[in-house]
Amino acid sequence: MLVGLLGLQGAFLDHIPHLKRCGVAYTIVRDREVLGRIDRLIIPGGESTVMSKFLLEFNMLQLLTQRIQDGMPVWGVCAGAILLAAQVDGRPGSVGVLPISVTRNAYGRQVASDTQPVDVPQLNLLNYPAIFIRAPRIDKVGAGVTTHAVRGQDPIFVQKDQLMATTFHPELNSDDCFHRYFIGL
Amino acid sequence: MEREKINKGFAEMFKNGVIMDVTTPEHARIAQEAGACAVMALERVPSDIRKDGMVARMSDPGMIEAIMASVSIPVMAKVRIGHFMEARILEALGVDFIDESEVLTPADESRHVDKSQFKVPFVCGARNLGEALRRINEGAAMIRTKGEAGTGNIVEAVRHMRAINEEIDALKGLDEHQMIQKAAEMRVPLAIVKQTRELGRLSVVNFAAGGVATPADAALMMALGSDGVFVGSGIFKSQNPPKMAHAIVQAVIHYQDPKRLAEISKNLGSAMIGLEAKTLAVKMAERGI
Repeated sequence: MLVGLLGLQGAFLDHIPHLKRCGVAYTIVRDREVLGRIDRLIIPGGESTVMSKFLLEFNMLQLLTQRIQDGMPVWGVCAGAILLAAQVDGRPGSVGVLPISVTRNAYGRQVASDTQPVDVPQLNLLNYPAIFIRAPRIDKVGAGVTTHAVRGQDPIFVQKDQLMATTFHPELNSDDCFHRYFIGL
Repeated sequence: MEREKINKGFAEMFKNGVIMDVTTPEHARIAQEAGACAVMALERVPSDIRKDGMVARMSDPGMIEAIMASVSIPVMAKVRIGHFMEARILEALGVDFIDESEVLTPADESRHVDKSQFKVPFVCGARNLGEALRRINEGAAMIRTKGEAGTGNIVEAVRHMRAINEEIDALKGLDEHQMIQKAAEMRVPLAIVKQTRELGRLSVVNFAAGGVATPADAALMMALGSDGVFVGSGIFKSQNPPKMAHAIVQAVIHYQDPKRLAEISKNLGSAMIGLEAKTLAVKMAERGI
């Protein structure tokens, strides 16, 4: 299994220690050629505007959509969740394959970023310290989307078939629970 | 401790990206459209500060706020070294990151801001490992090379990045006693020296800054181990800012691919006018060590 890390901008290298501990091979994805031969993809935290811009400019967007339709598992972290969302701030999202609506930076600027203890029954986690950084808020989930964890009323970890999205940053914690779950999809 | 993790984690999100100096909401939008992962709001870019002389201070909060309202990407702003009150003001304003910067005129010649007392994260400049570790020890969530701002000359940024890398490498050969000496010499706790040796790099994100003027400069700094790049005067003092900005962002993504760098570097118009380091009246990098 070859896990791709979308390497256009952001915290993609931060996933490498986790993937190494999980014993899976990984590669950085910056072009169509590599995108065409990976088995799954992590879209990392970073700036969604930058990643969506270069997915388009480097002619990768259509291929990515095609590969997702063909069943490739994808995990979007924070900015990655924004890229996957069908609706972003009331407008169509960039990749747009996951039927959720999100609002960017909905919890505020960096001084409002925080850690919240959350329960994730699907992963047998209680009081998991979820790190939210200028996080998007998932306002609505569409048909077929399962919510695995919430912050108050807001979904923060959702899944539809082989697509998953977290609005917080498991890669900044030292455990590999979320990576193992993603590899198992 | 928790705040520290959130702030250092935020800096991770800038990696492999370009942070651009902007002086107006219009410039901020140009930067965002070109692919900047954050902007630095300031009244004058470093090359103008250098030219004008005079005391350079924190920018007008009204102007910073206008830039915050004009883009969705994070907004940084600068305070004078040691000026914790300017920092309190920017924190109250809600800026995403504070640059305690030698580009502005220092307010305190012996102390930096005690950054651990703030909720907002800070980035600080460094010329060598000692400076970098002192700033991290004070609570900086991110480090950048000082380079020599406003010169369009990459030589100082290269010197500073190489110095930090070589000093970290040299830690490997030290025994316990030598590490204690090294920590004393750098005026930091032993624990932070040991942590740096173990990691083989700084414990926070480390960007290049101070003299980046072309896509090749940006790629060079990435190849030397920078996590990303700040571009100050290099964009809006070039002939075609949107084009130069876009090219520098692409160069950071594809820094390992010389063929693509050749394409990226074509027909950009002239870069900012560079200054020879030896002729400078003011060396900003010597401020706040």
